[in-house]
Amino acid sequence: MSVDDHQHPKADVALRVDALESLLTEKGLIDPATVDEIVRYYEHDVGPLNGAKVVARAWVDPQYKARLLQDATAAIGELGFAGPQGEHMVVVENTAAVHNVVVCTLCSCYPWPVLGLPPSWYKTPAYRSRVVREPRAVLMEMGLDLPPSVEIRVWDSSAEVRYLVLPERPAGTESLTEEQLAGLVTRDAMIGTAKAQTSAGNRDG
Amino acid sequence: MPMNGIHDMGGMHGFGKVHVEPNEPVFHERWEARVFGMVQSLRGNIDAGRHAIERLDPVAYLQNGYYGRWLAAFERSLIGLGVLRPIELEERMREAPHVAPQSEARKTSSWRPASRSHVRKVDSRPAFSCGQMVVTRNHQPAGHTRLPAYARCRRGTIQRVHPAMVFPDDHAHDRGENPQHLYTVKFSGEELWGDAAEPGTFVHLDLFESYLNSANGEGS
Repeated sequence: MSVDDHQHPKADVALRVDALESLLTEKGLIDPATVDEIVRYYEHDVGPLNGAKVVARAWVDPQYKARLLQDATAAIGELGFAGPQGEHMVVVENTAAVHNVVVCTLCSCYPWPVLGLPPSWYKTPAYRSRVVREPRAVLMEMGLDLPPSVEIRVWDSSAEVRYLVLPERPAGTESLTEEQLAGLVTRDAMIGTAKAQTSAGNRDG
Repeated sequence: MPMNGIHDMGGMHGFGKVHVEPNEPVFHERWEARVFGMVQSLRGNIDAGRHAIERLDPVAYLQNGYYGRWLAAFERSLIGLGVLRPIELEERMREAPHVAPQSEARKTSSWRPASRSHVRKVDSRPAFSCGQMVVTRNHQPAGHTRLPAYARCRRGTIQRVHPAMVFPDDHAHDRGENPQHLYTVKFSGEELWGDAAEPGTFVHLDLFESYLNSANGEGS
C-alpha cells in the first residue's frame, strides 16, 4: 500500500494536515495567511445567499431574467459574483412542465460563486449514483413529489460548465420586495432538490 | 491506470438513501478547511488534480470522505512533483508540528477568488450543431476522461454548442490543453437506463467533440 492510499485514523488526520501545512509553509509553497483568508472567504463571504439574489432579481426583472438565461456568467457577474467554479455558468429554468436538478457524477462540481461549497449529501455516492438514473425517486425521498407529467431534466456537470436552477416564483408573492423574495430561495431550490419556499424561515442553508 | 474507476458512479446500485444533514457547517473539521485552503492557494492543474483523486485506492476513495480524498490526492501530487518526500511527512508528524491557530495575529493576505477561464480559441468549426443526433463513442482511455461510463455508446441530441475548452483527457496528463469544441448533449432516460428508466426523465452531459460521432438516421 502506498502512502497516499492510507486510511488515516481520525485522530491522525488533523496531525497529518498540520504536518503538511508546516512543511509546505517552510518550503515557501503556501502562506498560512492566504489559507486563512481562503477559508474565511468560503465560510463567510460566499454561499447560497448570492444565488438567492440572482434568482430574486430574475423574478422581479424580466430583462435581467432574459440576460441570465442567455449568458448566465455575465448576468451573475452584474451582481458581483464570479470566481473559481463559476467561470462558465448556465442557468436552467423550472416551469410548471419542467423541473431541473443538478449533479456531478464524476466528482462533485458545483457553482461556488453563487452557492458556496457543496453540502455533504451532494458529494455522497448515493446522490451521485442515483439521481441520474432515478431522479423521481431521489427527489421524492428528499421531499419533492412531482407529478408524472412534469419532465425532469438532470444536468450532470461533466465539464467546466456549472449549473444553477432558476426555481419557479411561488404563487402569492406578488407583494414581496426583491430582498424578501431572496429569503424564499434556498440552496436546495437552486440545486433542484426542492422548490422555493412560500414563506421565509426553515432554510436549508 | 484504467479509469473504469470507483469515481464514475452514475447509475451504480447499492449506495442507499441520500442523507441530508440539516444546517451543516461549511467545514466539519478544521483539517478539512486547511486542506481546502492549501489546495486552493496552490491551484494547480485541476484536471490532474481530479485524476489524482480517481487514482486513489477504491476502498480509500469511499472511506476517506470528500476532503480526505482531496488530502490523499494533494499528497500524491506533491510527491509526484518532487516537492514532498513521503518520509518528510511521517517525520514531521512525529515532531508534533506547531501550526499557529487562526486566532493568532498574522499578516493579512491579498488573495482574491480569481476566475480562470477554460475557453480557448480553435481554428476548426464545430462539427455538430444544435438539434443534431449524435452517438457517444465507446471511449475507454487508460487515463482521465469526462465521459461517464453510463453514457458510452448512447444516442443523444446536441442541445447547446459551447465555446471550445481545454480538453481534460490530455490536460490531466500534461499532454497540453488541446482545446476541443464542447457540447451539451441531451439523453433520454430510456436510452441510458433501458427498462429501468423513469418515464419523462432526461440527462444532460457536457461532452467534448472527440467523445462524439454523428448518428445517422432516426434516433431512439
